Amino acid sequence: MGQVGQFALALAFIVTIYSIASSLLGIRLRNDKLIASGRNAAVCVFGLVTMSIGTLAYLFLKSDFSYAYIAEHSNRDLPTYFKISSIWGGQEGSLLFWGWLLTIYTALVVIQNRKKHTAMMPYVTSVLMGTSLFFTSMHLFVANPFKLNAAAVGTKVMGLFSPADGQGLNPLLQDPMMVIHPPMLYLGFVGLVVPFAFAMAALITRQLGDTWIRTTRRWTMAAWGILGTGILLGGYWAYHTLGWGGYWAWDPVENASLMPWLIGTAFLHSVMVQEKKGMLKVWNIVLVIMAYIMAVFGTFLTRSGVVNSVHAFAKSPIGGYFLAFIVLALSASFYLLIDRLPFLKNEDQMGSVVSRESSFLFNNLILLVACFSVLLGTMLPSLSDWITGNKITVSKPFFDAVDVPIAIFLLFLTGVGPLLAWRKASTNSLKRNFMIPIAVASATGAALLIGGVRHFYAWSALVMAAFVGTSIIREFYKGARARSTGTGENFFEAIVNLTLRNTRRYGGYIAHLGFVLLFIGWSGQAFTADSEFEAGIGDTFQIRNFTLRVDGFKPVSGQNYTGDQVVVGLYKDGAKVANMFPGRRNYKGSGEQQATSEIAIHETLREDVYLVFQGGVDDAGQKGAFHVYINPLVAWVWIGGVVLGLGTIIALLPNRKATPARRKREHGAEAIQEGTTVA
Amino acid sequence: MKAKQLKFLVGSVIIVLVLIYLGYAGFKSSMAYNQTVAEMLASKEVAYNRHIELEGDVVPGTIKREGRIVTFSVNDKTDKQKVVMIRYEGKDPLPDTFRDNATAMAKGKLDPSGVFIATSMTAKCASKYEKEKEAGIVIDKAGLE
Repeated sequence: MGQVGQFALALAFIVTIYSIASSLLGIRLRNDKLIASGRNAAVCVFGLVTMSIGTLAYLFLKSDFSYAYIAEHSNRDLPTYFKISSIWGGQEGSLLFWGWLLTIYTALVVIQNRKKHTAMMPYVTSVLMGTSLFFTSMHLFVANPFKLNAAAVGTKVMGLFSPADGQGLNPLLQDPMMVIHPPMLYLGFVGLVVPFAFAMAALITRQLGDTWIRTTRRWTMAAWGILGTGILLGGYWAYHTLGWGGYWAWDPVENASLMPWLIGTAFLHSVMVQEKKGMLKVWNIVLVIMAYIMAVFGTFLTRSGVVNSVHAFAKSPIGGYFLAFIVLALSASFYLLIDRLPFLKNEDQMGSVVSRESSFLFNNLILLVACFSVLLGTMLPSLSDWITGNKITVSKPFFDAVDVPIAIFLLFLTGVGPLLAWRKASTNSLKRNFMIPIAVASATGAALLIGGVRHFYAWSALVMAAFVGTSIIREFYKGARARSTGTGENFFEAIVNLTLRNTRRYGGYIAHLGFVLLFIGWSGQAFTADSEFEAGIGDTFQIRNFTLRVDGFKPVSGQNYTGDQVVVGLYKDGAKVANMFPGRRNYKGSGEQQATSEIAIHETLREDVYLVFQGGVDDAGQKGAFHVYINPLVAWVWIGGVVLGLGTIIALLPNRKATPARRKREHGAEAIQEGTTVA
Repeated sequence: MKAKQLKFLVGSVIIVLVLIYLGYAGFKSSMAYNQTVAEMLASKEVAYNRHIELEGDVVPGTIKREGRIVTFSVNDKTDKQKVVMIRYEGKDPLPDTFRDNATAMAKGKLDPSGVFIATSMTAKCASKYEKEKEAGIVIDKAGLE
């Protein structure tokens, strides 16, 4: 059966080459049929790679362990949804998954634009297919998921065989999040290829107006939003399964996903300067190139074993190929960019230091510095090894030292930027816009000091959160009031209509509000407490105003595991609030398996009680070792993530147009709104 | 250069300089040498004054827990004769991946007594399959079942 997948891959490889050749030749010969053929070939590649990954899924479902990839990442008792998600549980399969998503995007892009941008599209197809070609060659020649299990001695193949059971999926990956987190990350990564392809096509065709930016705006924002969601889901997963009490550790793999996201964030903002003022054109292309490179680089970093990470993949030969591809893509795109510089002249001049565009500029500057610091910290072991022969590593304190102040400054810009006018903000408008937010922020700051908050960064983050939150709420209030005066809608209706009529601006505000909540959640890290204890049945342990009482130990089992569970009563200020069930599990599978912790978390908006059972300490199984954490405000991280996602979705919606009758009615409201600038 | 551009430039330079300073301070407080057991032993006395992230495989059967303190031995990946005893005194619980044969990454300092005092630990075991595959073991072992 695997031959089908293998054959589809081989065919995809050939058709990909054909698609590129046909598109490029079509432009040269001005032959529309060839161009259309190249486009169809791209859609065909999607079908072929789908067939290939479908075959892999089939092999997993059938538990066909004659294939090495299946035998190494699955076992018979593995639940079906984990069998499917095992596709991206290892190197070969996850690369195939990446390549497959790219072909989906490609098919969507060429179909969506089949009648548009006729000069650019053949190049867009070629760039997308070029990237695809790299991945297809990886699947075929370097990391083939359809390799058979061969009994070998040295390099000599002695025969094929199929083991009775597979080694099972890594227990840490046996979590519902495994079904959703990696696909989201990959969708985000791969989505960044689309704006890159359009930027390159724009450079090649010298059509460097706003077309490529407008065409790719939604793609970029969607990819950025999905990537961000994927990153947060990863944090959520880590927090709920790994058992060290946190959700972000500056691990190289986390960093690899953060870097393209930071660049994407910078791009989403600087692109507005180009649309409004015709400036930062070169810069925007540089950002798009960097986002693309970072997405490929992130895949390289996580799949090649160059860096040490908890998400360990073995050292593998793909690293060299990825590096070569990155160098090639970088040099080709920068060569093009430099060659086309004369076509990328600024149409306007920078405004004052206190203006909208300058806030975007500083936003970009520090996002880039943030990305650079993450890159430096992640690659330092490799770089220092290369230069001095010593592998020097840095950890959390380094990243925190640079990126926490950056984040707080960014939050400040989030509040200030949207309220500043383009070109130059007048002193009057500054006073008018900032008086109330500053007053609320000052009151918050004072209240926090009185309440005993002495942690400088946490204090700053919360004060900024108050400032930004107030200014956003004020924007909604102002807009809705003006609208309801003009249209006679009630206040709530006015808020909804306001948002739907200008999705980009108000969606943006909602996304910013999501960040405010994220910062509130992050600041909770300054107020954590934790402790280890041993306890038998009936024993209690006190931490802050919580008491934990062990009520019993019992064995548990599921489809693919056996284990122990502890019943722990949680009391707050003496009153019982919950039963917690931390445990440990041993997963099945013929490979040597490890025990994993099942963490119990009592989550509230105020704080989480996070309880880890570390195992029994006596043979009778009546006493266990525990680690308990009090993590304030963590829930706001997840809530902030949801709000951020919601804002992104709203910003992606097309603006709702008013019906003629409605337009008349709304005319008044619009006139009143004139005063505020549009994001 | 116009005054306006100068303002931007000065502002940007100040921001970047502050961040470089913060980064340098963070670097100094968290830098460590990533070394294998063999590398650390080869550097002799120099090792005592360094923060080291020691990488080695946990020798089976050596893990001993005494309350919060865990002691175990690791050997060098390639030179199995080179062994160091690690005493973990960290605050956080050891990860699930920490067990016999796992690759441990212990951060801490080498005590002149020869024991490595670790304050933080990570461990991984995923490279197991690949190592065995290289040697052809995975296949033989599974094939016998």
